[in-house]
Amino acid sequence: MSVQSLPLAGVAATIIKEHGDELLDEWMASLAEVADLAQAGPKARPDAAEFLRLLVAGLAESAQIDLQGTEWRAMREFLVELSNRQAEWGFSPVDTAEFLMALKRPLASLMQRVGGSDGRWLESWQQVNQVIDRWALYTMEVVQANREATIRRQQQEMLELSTPVIQLWDGITAVPLIGTLDSERTQTVMESLLTSIVENHAEIAIIDITGVPTVDTLVAQHLLKTVAAARLMGAECIISGVRPTIAQTIVHLGIDIGSVATKASLADALKLAFRRRGCKVESCNQ
Amino acid sequence: MERIPILKLHDLLLVTIQVDMHDRLAMTLQDDLMHQIRRTRARGVLIDISALDLVDSFIGRLIGEIASMARVMDAETVLVGMQPAVAITLVELGLSLGGVRTALNVERGMQLLREGSPEEEASGHASIDH
Repeated sequence: MSVQSLPLAGVAATIIKEHGDELLDEWMASLAEVADLAQAGPKARPDAAEFLRLLVAGLAESAQIDLQGTEWRAMREFLVELSNRQAEWGFSPVDTAEFLMALKRPLASLMQRVGGSDGRWLESWQQVNQVIDRWALYTMEVVQANREATIRRQQQEMLELSTPVIQLWDGITAVPLIGTLDSERTQTVMESLLTSIVENHAEIAIIDITGVPTVDTLVAQHLLKTVAAARLMGAECIISGVRPTIAQTIVHLGIDIGSVATKASLADALKLAFRRRGCKVESCNQ
Repeated sequence: MERIPILKLHDLLLVTIQVDMHDRLAMTLQDDLMHQIRRTRARGVLIDISALDLVDSFIGRLIGEIASMARVMDAETVLVGMQPAVAITLVELGLSLGGVRTALNVERGMQLLREGSPEEEASGHASIDH
C-alpha cells in the first residue's frame, strides 16, 4: 500500500481527543441507523472507544498513511482481533467495515462545528477520512486472509485424508480412492501406494475406485500410470469398484485399459488376490 | 575401466547395480551381459536396481533393450527392487517397460524365473501398454 503524507491529520487528532465522548455518542447513534449494525448497539461501544484512542495515538505519531508502520502496530492487532470477534458474532466482513465507516459522518459534523473557524478543518477531515477508509478495507483483508488460510488447510487435510493405504493381508495392500482424481492427487496416491508396496512387501495392490464419481480419459490415464509404476516395482494392480456407469463411460470414450485386471467389487478383487497368492478362504461350518 | 559385475548362479545371471549408472557404464553392461548369456547359456537374467535412485530416459530405454536382447537369446529378464521414485520417473517419461517382467526383490525374482516359461496371462504379470 502506498505511503501518503498527512500534514494536517494532527488538527483532526486534537479535535477527536478533546471531544471524544461526544463523538462516540454520535457514532453509536449513527450505527443505529444502519440496520445490520443496530443490534451491535452497546456491545460495540468499548470497541469504538478503543478504535478512537488508537486512531488518535496513531495520527499523533504518524504523519503518513502507512498501515505497515510501527506506529500503527497496536491498531493492526486491535483490528485483527475485532474482525475475528465480529465474525464470530455473525457479522459479515462488510458489516465490520461499515461499522468503522459510520464514524465518518459524525466526525465531519463535529469538525465543522468545532473547527469551523479554522480554515484547515475540511482538508484535515479528508485526510483522516482516508485513514479510516484504509482501516475499514484492512478489516476486510483480515477476514479474507483468515478464510483463505482455512481453505488451504482444509485442502491439505482432504488431500491427506483421501489417500489412505490399507494393508489387507500379507503382501496385499489396497487404496480406496474417494473423490475426483486430478494430477496432484494422482501424485500423492502414487507415492503413498508405491511406498507402502516397499514397506509391506506387497505383491498385489488393489485400487478401489468405488468413491470416484466419474472416470474420464484423464482420470483413466492417471490410473494406468499408477498401475504401470506399481508393475515396474514388481507389484501387480487390480482395479476394483468399477460401477456400471463407469464401465459404460470407459467403453464409450474408447479408453484402452489394457490387460489390467478389473473387478466390480473390492470383495471380488480380494478373492482374486488370494487366488494369485495361493491362499484359500473356507467356511468353518461343515 | 569401471564395470558392473555379473554373477552366475546355476543357470541364472545376477546383476546388481550399486553405482550411479552413467551412459558409458550402461552400454558396457549391455555388451558384457550379452556375451555372458552366450558363454554361460543362462536361461534367466536378474537385474537388481534397488540401490538405484536416479534414472534418465537413456538408462530406462537401455534396460528395456537389455530385456528384449536377452529374450532373443532365449533368456528371460526380471527387473527387481525398483524404488518408488524411479518407477514414477519412468512412467512420467512414458517408459513403462512393457516387455520386462518385474519383482519386488531378488528372492521373488528368482522364484519367478524358476517357475519357468513366462505364462504371463496366468501369473498376471501381463504387460501394460497405454
